[in-house]
Amino acid sequence: MQPIVSIKNLSKAYSSGHQALKNINLDIQPGEILALLGPNGAGKTTLISIICGIVSPTSGTVTVDGHDIGTDYRHTRELIGLVPQELTLGAFEKVSSTLAFSRGLHGKAPDKQHIEKLLKDLSLWEKRDSILMSLSGGMKRRVLIGKALSHEPRVLFLDEPTAGVDVELRKDMWRLVNRLRESGVTIILTTHYIEEAEEIADRVGIINNGELLLVEDKNALMQKLGSKQLTVELRQPIEAIPESLKDYTLTLSEDGLQLIYQYDTRQERTGITSLMQSINSAGLILRDIHTSQSSLEDIFVNLVTEQS
Amino acid sequence: MNWHAISVIYKAEMQRTRNTLLQSIASPVISTCLYFVVFGSAIGSRIQSVENVSYGVFIVPGLVMLSLLTQSISNASFGIYFPKFTGTIYEILSAPLSFFEVVLGYVGAAATKSLIIGTIILLTAGFFVDLEIQHPFWMLAFLILTCITFSLFGFIIGIWADNFEKLQLIPLLVITPLVFLGGSFYSVDMLPPLWQKISYFNPVLYLISGFRWSFFEVGDVPVGISLLSILAFLAICMAIVWWMFKTGYKLRQ
Ligand SMILES: Nc1ncnc2c1ncn2[C@@H]1O[C@H](COP(=O)(O)OP(=O)(O)OP(=O)(O)O)[C@@H](O)[C@H]1O
Ligand SMILES: [Mg+2]
Repeated sequence: MQPIVSIKNLSKAYSSGHQALKNINLDIQPGEILALLGPNGAGKTTLISIICGIVSPTSGTVTVDGHDIGTDYRHTRELIGLVPQELTLGAFEKVSSTLAFSRGLHGKAPDKQHIEKLLKDLSLWEKRDSILMSLSGGMKRRVLIGKALSHEPRVLFLDEPTAGVDVELRKDMWRLVNRLRESGVTIILTTHYIEEAEEIADRVGIINNGELLLVEDKNALMQKLGSKQLTVELRQPIEAIPESLKDYTLTLSEDGLQLIYQYDTRQERTGITSLMQSINSAGLILRDIHTSQSSLEDIFVNLVTEQS
Repeated sequence: MNWHAISVIYKAEMQRTRNTLLQSIASPVISTCLYFVVFGSAIGSRIQSVENVSYGVFIVPGLVMLSLLTQSISNASFGIYFPKFTGTIYEILSAPLSFFEVVLGYVGAAATKSLIIGTIILLTAGFFVDLEIQHPFWMLAFLILTCITFSLFGFIIGIWADNFEKLQLIPLLVITPLVFLGGSFYSVDMLPPLWQKISYFNPVLYLISGFRWSFFEVGDVPVGISLLSILAFLAICMAIVWWMFKTGYKLRQ
């Protein structure tokens, strides 16, 4: 399938000299949800801004739906909706007219029904005649989402959509994102919150320091990079790890009731079978065992610290 | 052409005017009335006539130009500066719009507003003096050309300015003096020879002279030169705006 967004050798140096993006290559497939994960200043907003036409690239190319963002900007920008990171809104316009404005900017004929539906979907219908200045932060966020969707985009960029958003709105937002995905919209979102990427994305890209460290299917990523932890709970506390178990990288909990074994799912042999046998022959009696997988957060922290 | 975009920008800008009706329409009208009282009646009664036109009538074209220039510049510069300031410019930059369309929307609205103000001032002037316009077509042509050109100029200032001070700087330090010294309230013939020579370096003089010619058939310079100079200034402004968008000057990093 032709990627909906294709980024090739993209670099950006700001006039200050700061190299914000370093040779980014990324293909985004139609209909997927891609989460871009990275610490402050990683270059997420810069990347999005280039694709949307707000910042010009220093080198490299980007195509959207097969069209170059520079030479064929009319086509590409019609397809894109953007919810910016900052709450940038006018002051005195009304909620409904600012949505109509955005729709018009993108070359679409006025459509009262579509705007009405959007306002209702975003729980803004009661506020349709309020001026933007009078809205709360969360409502402004909704208005920005409404503006981005006003022209029925096929690619939606959400730059940290959940910053300053309460649990309720976040849930609403994920419902909306899922509905959009079902209707075939490709969604690219940035976030600092790993749980968010874990919860909603199909693929995760990790950016640090202007470099795209990896892009992986979310599940594969967690499988591939995730180390697992096996916790063995003992019936009787022990004071030290028995000699016969010294070959395994085990840690004993302070109360002496838990043996913790770290292993890597990537490895051919995890060593679990022999460990269990050794525990058995050491005469320890088990109460329970359980495993836990490291979260994206751990993976992320590992990658970023590895790099620096 | 993205006509929908041009139309929404234009309408939004006109709406902004409506929201600040008092400030945008009433204030130029009031200041014009004050000029009439001070210059037309108080001082004008001591001045017989200028080039066979009574002084109160003579200053009308200059007064209209004074408001037109300052209003065009301040409207257009603020119109584009404000989205830059609040950050909402991101929407314009990420929309499928060419520079020409952006200019058409913003400058079109600013020029329309100036045109309305110019008309209102002329009507107001009609209450104070008997106005006869010799060449209505040329009068209108000068009016429209001036509105467009100086709105374009204001647009350039709005993009160039990165703070409110810069936004006010050019209108205050350059335009107002040029208008006052450009023969708004006098004919350059009334100046000593040296100042006459200096005045001819003032581009606004040509503008006011041409506009005044369309009223009374008298001007400091031939009307053709007036027309050419405003067209030249228009061309320069268009070239600058084109260059700004091409290079993304102060808009796209
Ligand atoms: N206009 C600019 N001029 C110069 N440097 C800039 C500009 N905008 C961003 N940068 C720099 O580029 C780098 C990347 O910034 P960017 O906003 O893309 O990061 P980000 O990943 O979105 O961060 P955050 O999570 O804080 O939003 C930062 O070091 C930032 O200081
Ligand atoms: Mg950012």
